[in-house]
Amino acid sequence: MSILLTDISKNFGAFAALNHINLEVPEGELVALLGPSGCGKTTLLRIIAGLEHTDQGHILINGDDKTDQNVSQRGIGFVFQHYALFRHMTVFENVAFGLRVKPKRDRPSNEIITKKVHALLDLVQLDWLHNRYPDQLSGGQRQRIALARALAVEPSVLLLDEPFGALDASVRKDLRQWLRNLHHELNVTSIFVTHDQEEAMEVASQVVVLNHGKIEQQGTPSDIYDHPANAFVSRFIGQTNVFDLENHESDWLQSAGLLSQGQKGKIAHVRPHDIIIEKSINNANTLATLKDWQHLGALIRIELVKNGANKSSDASIFAELPNDQFKDLKLVRGDKVNLKIRHAHWFH
Amino acid sequence: MNAITQPLYKDKIVAQKRALQDPNWVKWSLIVITISFITLFICIPLGLVIFQAFSKGLTAYWSALSQPDTLSAIKLTLIVALVTVPLNTIFGVSAAWAITRFDFKGKSFLTTLIDLPFSVSPVISGLIFVLLFGAQGWFGEWLMEHDVKIIFAVPGIVLATLFITFPFVARQLIPLMQEMGNQEEEAALSLGASGWKTFWAITVPNIKWALLYGVLLCNARAMGEFGAVSVVSGHIRGLTNTLPLHVEVSYNDYDVVGAFASASILAALAIVTLILKTALEWKQSNR
Repeated sequence: MSILLTDISKNFGAFAALNHINLEVPEGELVALLGPSGCGKTTLLRIIAGLEHTDQGHILINGDDKTDQNVSQRGIGFVFQHYALFRHMTVFENVAFGLRVKPKRDRPSNEIITKKVHALLDLVQLDWLHNRYPDQLSGGQRQRIALARALAVEPSVLLLDEPFGALDASVRKDLRQWLRNLHHELNVTSIFVTHDQEEAMEVASQVVVLNHGKIEQQGTPSDIYDHPANAFVSRFIGQTNVFDLENHESDWLQSAGLLSQGQKGKIAHVRPHDIIIEKSINNANTLATLKDWQHLGALIRIELVKNGANKSSDASIFAELPNDQFKDLKLVRGDKVNLKIRHAHWFH
Repeated sequence: MNAITQPLYKDKIVAQKRALQDPNWVKWSLIVITISFITLFICIPLGLVIFQAFSKGLTAYWSALSQPDTLSAIKLTLIVALVTVPLNTIFGVSAAWAITRFDFKGKSFLTTLIDLPFSVSPVISGLIFVLLFGAQGWFGEWLMEHDVKIIFAVPGIVLATLFITFPFVARQLIPLMQEMGNQEEEAALSLGASGWKTFWAITVPNIKWALLYGVLLCNARAMGEFGAVSVVSGHIRGLTNTLPLHVEVSYNDYDVVGAFASASILAALAIVTLILKTALEWKQSNR
């Protein structure tokens, strides 16, 4: 079901956690709330859930105003970063809890509960653990049980607070994939909070970038990466090289071929893969020197330092090349190279 | 591991152990000091209580206990415990809940205040109530006019005991509930459970061992409190003497068997409390 937030603000004392947030999440989307820590993303999620009150504004789920409704009446599913499984209950009882606490007239019979819980445990592929207690499970298993528990009440929306934050890297990768597939299967409108841009890009169909309690940009992962709305988004999503033209870099950038497309702002952001490296033949008039390189798997990250007079902004420049291209260049540390900037994002 | 390296490896472990251990003489002298201290100050006095209680035989012990004044002291002690322990259980859970689940001004001050009965001399705790409700106290005149007796009567004893024992339950629960956080409760609420249902289905099972432990300590103190109760009770035999006060009164009357027979009941209570406490601790750590 669709979620509509209008003019949500939240202050904690003098600190403005959220500042006039307007957000629409269409039905069936899997949305990532992405931002650095302290940007207000978890607060926003908790306000949608009803675990936190908004100071102003409205929360509409499928057109119904839920602003003043208690968390237990909102019909949402919430998954916590640290799972929050009921430690004194078995896995089965954890998942059954939401069904057992329904008012008598809505409560399914015991047989139906049993059937439904086993079906959900099958869905998360953990039915064989139904007799265990939470502290006998691994982190990844616990998070899948927490998800099954949230799904048991057939929530209208599913909210996940840093669902992979407490897991180790390899489990996290598996679970991301698994969550995306599960979402395709169930198609329940979901919002998850993350500070990991890679995770947001990989899992979500829509990404909402938050900073200082404001939405910086909302769009598909490709939108956000290819057309960042501002310097913050460009810097936060993926790596980027920042060139400040007010810092007299224009000569250097002119030679690198950047200004041939015209100068469209004061600051140019260049992605590492938009820098082409050419080996210099005569070592004269080169633009940069190869300082170091690291093997990232399919890509090689190259660290370059600018040559020439301008030492006022001598931060390293990072470029990325596919493995085989780098091998063809036969570069060693200290080599002088020329480079060409293919594309830049301009900001003021 | 082959046969040649094995002894070497063992030697290494022994050497490591030695490096981490205190010398033997330190170990043994500390053990001896501890044991002799416990014997001198706990085992011998406890044995003496039992020895004195039965010094004139089982019949004397039994008749001392079945004296009307003793029986009334036992009864009053039970009444005081029955009133104060449930009240302080409710208070302790509410206080722990308020402190760990809400943010409000003066919270840390309140947390400190809860400890006050531990840090203040029990005599002063008793005096507070005399100053409030005694004949010359703030409410004394009003109470006299309406013929309500608090000081030198059962209500005063209950009030003083309530004051002395209110930290026990809260003290046990606050650190536990702080450590647990409220995510499980939030999860239960998000699954549609009411606040009441969440409390009984999620909170209580999680805190029950600590709660029982707190109740046990609260009970032991409620039954054994001497100082504060002594100030407000007036030592009226058969009316306002609890067991600890009865022990003192009997002893001052040179009724050695009576004093130690009553004391043996308190001692037995202490031992039962200790056994239950150990059992609860074991249960908690084995969960």
